[in-house]
Order: sequence, then structure tokens, then C-alpha cells
Amino acid sequence: MSSEAHTSAEYIKHHLQNLTYGHLQNGTWGIAHTPEEAKAMGFWALNLDTVLMSLLLGTIIMFVFHRAAKSISTGTPSGLQNFCEWAIEFIDTSVRGSFTAKNDMIAPLALTIFFWVFAMNLMDLLPVDYVPMLMHELGVPFFKVVPSTDPNATFGMAIGVFLLVLYYSIKMKGLGGFAGELTLQPFGKWGMPVNLLLEGVNLIAKPISLALRLFGNMYAGEMIFILIALMGGAWAGATLGGATLYGSQILLSLGWAIFHILIVTLQAFIFMTLTVVYMDMAHQEHH
Amino acid sequence: MNINATLLAQTIMFALFVWFCMKFVWPPIMAALEQRKKHIADGLADAERAKHDLELASKRSAELLREAKEKVSEIVANGEKRASEIVETAKTQAKVEGDRIIAGAKAEIDQEVFRAKEQLRTQVSTIALAGASKILGREIDAKAHSDLLDKLVAEIK
Repeated sequence: MSSEAHTSAEYIKHHLQNLTYGHLQNGTWGIAHTPEEAKAMGFWALNLDTVLMSLLLGTIIMFVFHRAAKSISTGTPSGLQNFCEWAIEFIDTSVRGSFTAKNDMIAPLALTIFFWVFAMNLMDLLPVDYVPMLMHELGVPFFKVVPSTDPNATFGMAIGVFLLVLYYSIKMKGLGGFAGELTLQPFGKWGMPVNLLLEGVNLIAKPISLALRLFGNMYAGEMIFILIALMGGAWAGATLGGATLYGSQILLSLGWAIFHILIVTLQAFIFMTLTVVYMDMAHQEHH
Repeated sequence: MNINATLLAQTIMFALFVWFCMKFVWPPIMAALEQRKKHIADGLADAERAKHDLELASKRSAELLREAKEKVSEIVANGEKRASEIVETAKTQAKVEGDRIIAGAKAEIDQEVFRAKEQLRTQVSTIALAGASKILGREIDAKAHSDLLDKLVAEIK
């Protein structure tokens, strides 16, 4: 627990609050020190922790891959090159499996999504209190270290994917073709409003499900880590019950973390695969 | 958990990372992979070709060996034939020579016999006269009985 004075509810709230920078109510720009302040900032505010962490992780990944790409040799690959080649081939195979049209952007897109999301999710395995406590010592009130537990991050990426879907739908089928796809099926031209409703929902559901799936999984996982962390925090003294709780926290954290490795990887993979599938649908002439 | 401008920041970062990956990461690695794939394929093809060459060479060497063997056996057969021929000629020559020697010897013998006969013929009249004079107890005139003596000589032939 970061502070003795917190109750369980405060502890949870504290851990789920982003470090938000925006226009404070007293008229100045600054960091929100309470969730209420953050809420009052409205849309034009930045979650500094999310932005910083995703930028940092993305940069590290791109730096590593770029280093491998720069020093690549066609001879026997070394360690880093080996890893990057494995990663590229893995992505390439996945993309070839579900993307049938020809577009040189899809594979790099998939690579970026998979490793970026994977790295963001992986932050979930850091002990829940370490980074917030460290930041507390440095005078930063909140710090949520897992960007993918912030809906802004997942929706941000999903919107990026959605824009690409729209762009390629129109590019491949033409504006008329895309409009036709939205309005002329499944019921023919007399059912146009119904068609538009159905296809519209279908279209909008893509980015929303993409974002909510990742956010939901990571948020729930983070929440469980926080709840497990609360058990040890309930240790008031060297009593038998306190010791049991403390031991349980260690065991449960371990178990959940091991299980979470699966979720971390799986969610990154799902986000990537769905993106590729949506892009494939955007490239296909319809039924 | 408020939706705010982080959303836009994230979309922009996303676009930048994808662009970077597409520009500087994916193409060089993919190109290297392709090139290595080609290297390996070439190497395999070379190996295949070498194997094929080896097969051909061994086939050819076996053929050469077989030919050489055939030649050798042919030569040996020829040699044997030649040897037997030589032996055969030698035999015939020897036979001819032998025959010639035999014939020579025979001629010589005949000659000897003839000479002995001649000698005998020249001496037979003397011997006959001597014999007859012994029997009759007197001299016999050789000239008077020359026709008789000549007949006797003629009988010895």
C-alpha cells in the first residue's frame, strides 16, 4: 500500500487513476491531484503516464528492430537478428494466413501492433505498487504503468485501424462501391434503411470491439492484481490470519502472473489478427 | 478512466510507429530473409547438381573400367591366339624341316646303297671269275665270257 491512511477503496481508486495533465479549474494548466480534478478537465487533457509509457515502449521496440535491420547480414544470424527474423517470419506467416490481397503496409502494421501491444500489456507483470510508490516518492500523485488499461490507448489504436479500414474500403471499392456495400445488402435496395443500420452497426462494432476487448482484458487483469495486493495490505500484525493472507498474496500473485503471461500474449495476438482480418475485409469485393 | 486527448495522441503515435516500421524495419529484414532463402536454395541446387555430376562421373568411370577390362581380355585372347599360332607354325616348320632332314638322309642312304651297288657291280665279275676258276681249277678267259659276266652284273641291281 502506498500510504497507511488509504482505505481499500481509496487504494483501488488510486491505482486506477491516470496521471492527467490539463486545464485545472483554478484557471491554470497542471497535473490533476484528485480523480475529480482529472474528470473536470474534460476532453482536452492528456494522460501523461499512458502517453509516456506507450511512447517509451514503442520507441524501444522500434529501436531494437531498427538496430537489427541496420546491421542485418544474410549470413548466419546473431542473437538479436535471430529474434527479429523469427518475429518477422511469425508475423509474415500470420498475415499471409488471413490477408489475401496485396498491400505492403499490412505486415509492418501487424508487426507494430503485435509487439507494441505486447509490450504495453507486459507492463502488467510489474508489481502493482512499485512504479506508483516510486512516483509517489518523486512527487507524482498517480502513475498507471500499463497503457492498455487506459481506454484512451486502446481506442486510440482502434481508431487508427478504423481509419485505415475506411481508407482502404474507399480506395479499393470506390466511394460508390463502399456506400453500396453499406446500403444495398443484405436486403437489396428496397431495404436500404435497414441495410444501412445493420451494416453501420457492423462497421462501428469493429473498432469498438477491438478496443474494448483489449481494454477489458487488461483492466480486469490489473484489477485482480490490485485485489491480490490488497490481501497482503490487510496484514495488521504478526497474527496467524495476517501471515496466511501475506502468504496467499505471494502465491496468488505468482499464479495470476503466470496465467497473465498467456493473456498478455493472446490479447496482443488477437488485436493483431483482428486488425489484419478487418483490413482484409476492407480489401475484398463483397460477397 | 476519462476519455480525453490521450486518444488522439495514441492514434498519432500509432501512425508514426507503423510508418517507421513500414519504412525502416520491415523492408531490410524482409529483403535479407529473401536473399538468404535464395542463397540456401542456390546452395541446395548446387549440391543437387554436384550429386548428379558425381553420379555421371562414377557411371562413366565404371564404363571406362568395363571397357578396359574388355580390351584386356581381348588382348589376352589375341595373345593366346598368336601364341598358339606361333606354336603351330613352329610345329609345321619343324615337321617340314624334319621331313627335309629325313628326305636328305634317305637320299644319302640311297646314294650310299647305289655306290655300294656300283662298287659291288665292278667287283662282281672279278669275284665271279675268281670263284669260277677256283671251281674249275683253271683260268678262265674273262673276255670269252664277258657277255655272261655282263648279264650277271646286270642282275645285281
